[in-house]
Amino acid sequence: MHKLKEDIFWTGYIDWDLRNFHGYETPTGSTYNAYLIVDEKPTLIDTAKYYGADEMITRIKEIIDPAKIQYIISNHTEMDHSGSIDKLLELCPNAEIVCSPKGEEELKRHFKKDWKFKVVNTGDELDIGKRKLKFLLMPMVHWPDSMATYSPQDKILFPNDAFGQHRASSERYVDEYGTDILMEDAAKYYANIVMPYGNQVLKVLEAIKDLAIDVIAPSHGLIWRKKEDIESIVAAYKKWASYEADDKVLIIYDTMWNSTRQMATRFQELIDKTGIAVKMIGLQEAHISDIVTDVLTAKIVLFGTPILNNRMLPTMAALLMYLKGLKTKNRFALTFGSYGWSKIGFKEFEDSIKDAGFELLTDGKYIQFVPDSDEIKSLEEYLPLIKEKVSTK
Amino acid sequence: MKKYKCTVCGYIYDPVAGDPDNGVAAGTAFEDIPDTWVCPECGVSKEDFEVVE
Repeated sequence: MHKLKEDIFWTGYIDWDLRNFHGYETPTGSTYNAYLIVDEKPTLIDTAKYYGADEMITRIKEIIDPAKIQYIISNHTEMDHSGSIDKLLELCPNAEIVCSPKGEEELKRHFKKDWKFKVVNTGDELDIGKRKLKFLLMPMVHWPDSMATYSPQDKILFPNDAFGQHRASSERYVDEYGTDILMEDAAKYYANIVMPYGNQVLKVLEAIKDLAIDVIAPSHGLIWRKKEDIESIVAAYKKWASYEADDKVLIIYDTMWNSTRQMATRFQELIDKTGIAVKMIGLQEAHISDIVTDVLTAKIVLFGTPILNNRMLPTMAALLMYLKGLKTKNRFALTFGSYGWSKIGFKEFEDSIKDAGFELLTDGKYIQFVPDSDEIKSLEEYLPLIKEKVSTK
Repeated sequence: MKKYKCTVCGYIYDPVAGDPDNGVAAGTAFEDIPDTWVCPECGVSKEDFEVVE
């Protein structure tokens, strides 16, 4: 039994085996966090994926009879959080579903059921006894329906997916597990789930800045409760939402016969010698969901691809399509690669990079078949452009 | 010129500011935005906007 504060319990589901969350690689699993508030009108905040229903209900039964639940707050419709509502309602058929206006529409589209809905808007209060819960709509953080629940009496913010991380663990608190690790998890989560919505995140941060917050209890991963940890994650969200980058260069490449890899390797050596932080990532080896986590904080990205069938490699096209959706902003790019008989595919490659929110610093470096020593040496010409934008370590 | 609100995500289109990042110049009335334009925040099309009274 995990108690956050007097009468507030974690009753979620630990998904130890999850390795792929709709394409987002989750090597450390995840959790779906449901929170039970035992008050005069017992209230559950969010549920779990459908296959976590039994475990969630077992946890609730350790505390109260689920039939006593009066309200199920659905902060977000996506089925990793709403997926056990129907099973739970079998035990508490009179419970009302508390959600945003969009939440009602979306829950009806998902479950095709006309449950008892109680629709709330920003500033509305829900009197559950000793507590008056408050709500904050946060559209597009990260769906139109998303909202946060706040308990002023307990100073706990339940912001659903915001501030979440994918990690399965027996520990429930960030400080118990290791803040540095969870900050990395949170960065990956932000990059893959929240990155397109920086402006909306800034609005949410503005709306919560005057709230007294002792605990941030997200719907995935571990709970933030130490003052300095809460400050760190809020500051990180502010930085990411403002599209601020670190002084860091990424080299992202794929290769067919090693020519593009040779160029990538030489770029890495040259940049490293200048004292600028640089990281090289092969598209065949790294997962796309990890690559975008690095892009989140890199000021310049060097993209390299050979030409296959007059196009960039499909791995590169997939990454650039993903980044276009994530709406990267304020980033610079350089391009390089190798071709056989036609450079025509590099135009589409460059256009895709621009569409993904990057400004190309100069013309790309494209070499026929295999680079010779002069061509490898010529990559040095790009260093001044990089040094102009990125400071050394 | 009237402001329009995205009914999906709440984004407000203000004709005074336009949406220059997406090719809509400042001073463009909502009615004059091309139908190919989408909400810069959530990606829905013009038909999901309503006038702000």
